[in-house]
Amino acid sequence: MADLATNFNGIQSPNPFWLASGPPTNCGEQVMRAFDAGWGGAVWKTLGVPVVNVSSRLAAVDYSGNKMSGLNNIELITDRPLEANFKEIYAVKKRYPNHAVIVSLMMESKAEWKEIIQRAEDAGADGLELNFGCPHGMCERGMGSSVGQEPKVLELITSWVMEYATTPVLVKLTPNTGDILVPGLAAVEGGADGISLINTIKSVIGVDLNTLVPLPNVGGQSTNGGYCGPAVKPIALYMLSALAREPKINIPISGIGGIATWQDAAEFLALGATSIQVCTAVMHYGYRIVEDLIDGLSNYLDDQGMKSVTELIGRAARNIKDWGDLDLNYGVVPKIDAETCIGCQLCYIACLDGGHQCIHTRQNPCQAFHGESDHGANPRLEPAPPVMHKPDGKVHENVPFIDENECVGCNLCSLVCPVPGCITMVEIPHTRGKESWNERVAKGLG
Amino acid sequence: MNRDYSLNDNRLETRLEDAKPLYSESEAKIEANRCLYCFDAPCIKACPTGIDIPAFIRKIASGNIRGSAKTIFRSNILGASTARVCPVEELCSGACVYNDLDHKPIQIGRLQRFAVHQALALEREHGRPLFTVAPPVHKKVALIGAGPASLSCGAYLALEGVATILYEKSDLPGGLNVTGIAPYKFMAEDALNEVNWLKKYGLDIRTGVEIGDELTVSDLLKENDAVFLGIGLGQDTFPGIPGEDLEHVFGATALIRRIKEDPGFELPDDLHKVVIVGGGNTAIDIARELALLGVPEVDIVYRRTEAVMPGYRHELNHAREEGVRLLEKQTPVRIEKAADGTLDLFTEHTDTKESTVHHADWIVMAIGQKKFAADIVPGLDVDEKGRVVVDETTRRTSVPNLYAGGDCINGGKEVVNAVADGREAAYAMIKSWGLQPVNTAEKPGSNSHG
Repeated sequence: MADLATNFNGIQSPNPFWLASGPPTNCGEQVMRAFDAGWGGAVWKTLGVPVVNVSSRLAAVDYSGNKMSGLNNIELITDRPLEANFKEIYAVKKRYPNHAVIVSLMMESKAEWKEIIQRAEDAGADGLELNFGCPHGMCERGMGSSVGQEPKVLELITSWVMEYATTPVLVKLTPNTGDILVPGLAAVEGGADGISLINTIKSVIGVDLNTLVPLPNVGGQSTNGGYCGPAVKPIALYMLSALAREPKINIPISGIGGIATWQDAAEFLALGATSIQVCTAVMHYGYRIVEDLIDGLSNYLDDQGMKSVTELIGRAARNIKDWGDLDLNYGVVPKIDAETCIGCQLCYIACLDGGHQCIHTRQNPCQAFHGESDHGANPRLEPAPPVMHKPDGKVHENVPFIDENECVGCNLCSLVCPVPGCITMVEIPHTRGKESWNERVAKGLG
Repeated sequence: MNRDYSLNDNRLETRLEDAKPLYSESEAKIEANRCLYCFDAPCIKACPTGIDIPAFIRKIASGNIRGSAKTIFRSNILGASTARVCPVEELCSGACVYNDLDHKPIQIGRLQRFAVHQALALEREHGRPLFTVAPPVHKKVALIGAGPASLSCGAYLALEGVATILYEKSDLPGGLNVTGIAPYKFMAEDALNEVNWLKKYGLDIRTGVEIGDELTVSDLLKENDAVFLGIGLGQDTFPGIPGEDLEHVFGATALIRRIKEDPGFELPDDLHKVVIVGGGNTAIDIARELALLGVPEVDIVYRRTEAVMPGYRHELNHAREEGVRLLEKQTPVRIEKAADGTLDLFTEHTDTKESTVHHADWIVMAIGQKKFAADIVPGLDVDEKGRVVVDETTRRTSVPNLYAGGDCINGGKEVVNAVADGREAAYAMIKSWGLQPVNTAEKPGSNSHG
């Protein structure tokens, strides 16, 4: 079995799976149960000047009958006394010396930061995470994402913390920013030992159409919250990869954002994360999901012949390029397997209305493009009369077929096809060599 | 206009359980979300009324229940009963692409039942009708019979602003929906509730009126702009063998009717064995009903083989699970009264000519029903089997302004075929008057207007 042990710039944990700061790390007995279940680390619910929270606090997006594909919260940092939190951190570390306990912090003045860092480290914290990401409630008080959105302030506060901290310090970034590299570089400038991202995305998750009160409802009113859960994963993957590709970001990154399965975790690792943080999936299903996270990741690493999880880190990040460096001469076309096609016509209608009109149907008058293939170079001024294609004789009339000349190789048909393996995208061989947009520009071709 | 129809609760059919109960909201949403929303979907083509099935299912998934039901009703105004009585395994669900993917096909009938049930409940709750009846177009249509074909034709005409009167010889409207559907699919009172709902949209039903000397089809043709013939089939036919008139020899549809609507009708306690003669769905229906009502031995005696029998395979499978036996290649020869008062049915093997005696308390004939359209309409073209000949698209008969649909034109098919006939006849009438239908879908799958 591959070695999952993780060293995050000095923070050791038996595996890369940490609980993210949030309701699952609200108190000591929770974190103990999480460690018993197999979690390698926990980022404690953010400590600061304790707040008063509202009710209700959460609302979710369900998609096609699946619950909680996205979650929104308006809960703030801890609303429990600091003393209780520190006692629990001490107890957890005493019982679980080999697990990572990172304490999330949020303060205003330098003096306050100094004091809380001291108390967290005295309680036994293995590391600190600076919450510069919370996009609701706290930012209006000059903390959370209002820090993350101001690179100079972010850098300054980070440098204060670095003066006092003796344990590794992670800066947690907000995605609510124009270019994630700016706060990322500011964290490095401030001397941070690591970065974690993403925090939640500023959001209004929905409206109760019966009462016309947006969600979550707090006495007939609502406010903007922070969006997380499976729906935000692609945004997190982008921001992670952008930081991972930047040579000046030379500190490890803890990946957060919609991770629910071992595949998600493997993707974050491959795009450059050294540890993984999970919150929403645990809020949905409980700590027990870590069993499959560990098991699935181990099996994957074994299948890939990787002896350690560190071998996976960043392996896919190197394959992300700027668009201008992609090969314009590379091409794929779909192949429809007539044997397994069930005739749902979803590829036909998707290509017709949302693609390039190059998938044809035989079972009814076909509205795809029937002219000389020109990829839209000539104006198409009105819908062309449908064509009734003759039966092929070999395949069933409900199997669509592809005009490979007109096809642009966009993948849409293979994405909508409900039959596994029925539509495959096949590379078109060519002898033109590689040519990117940037190369064309360099040659003056444009 | 006229009273709501209802039934006595003391009916034998009420003792049978619903085989496919109403979905809960969460069950319906889960099932609706499974639908792939095929384009040009095979389920639509498999539906005789051409309901835009993916569209109504998507509307269930999105929570647009009124819209879902309206999508159904525009193509099939008897959406409530057909959701229950349609052999979906042979039609829409049988055509579902999931069958090719070795997945369970979408349970279209149950989803349709859910949508219609919820929408009609909302209609009652909010008092807001699903349909807006078109302004009067000053046309009159008489419909003969008040079974599914006439109800469908009459309802669409009423929705288009046509004055309609249905003449029904029985005391209750609904035709086979009330008298003939296997109770584990659909109870008579639900069928009457559907009729009561249609009446709100302007259907005028006159029950206990028989076409004959007092009221003839030519009278109706003279007084109306068109007449629709939806008279179904007549009494059960018998094979013409000695002894078929003995006591305890029944016609299948007559017996089913008693189970469904005859208050206080009971099976005798000592009814031990019943032999059914026939191989169609009526034979299987009565066999299943008797078996489910507790008759210990029920045999179906069929003159040909299982492979060619017209009854549906899935129904025969259910019957067998309920203990019914199928005896193949048995041609009935005669019935005799046995010494102990029971009956002996003598059959001859189709190939070997070997004779078999089937002892039974009851014998039920399920070999067909009489056709009588030609008897009540002089000069009407019927085919060699007595079925009314109609134009495929318009359901026009050989008699000017006389349209026909349902079992009297097809010899006995599904309720959904009758509904399709009714709608297409209504559509053709409206178009023939130079008018544009507003509440009636044009042809299978067409839901473009409105």
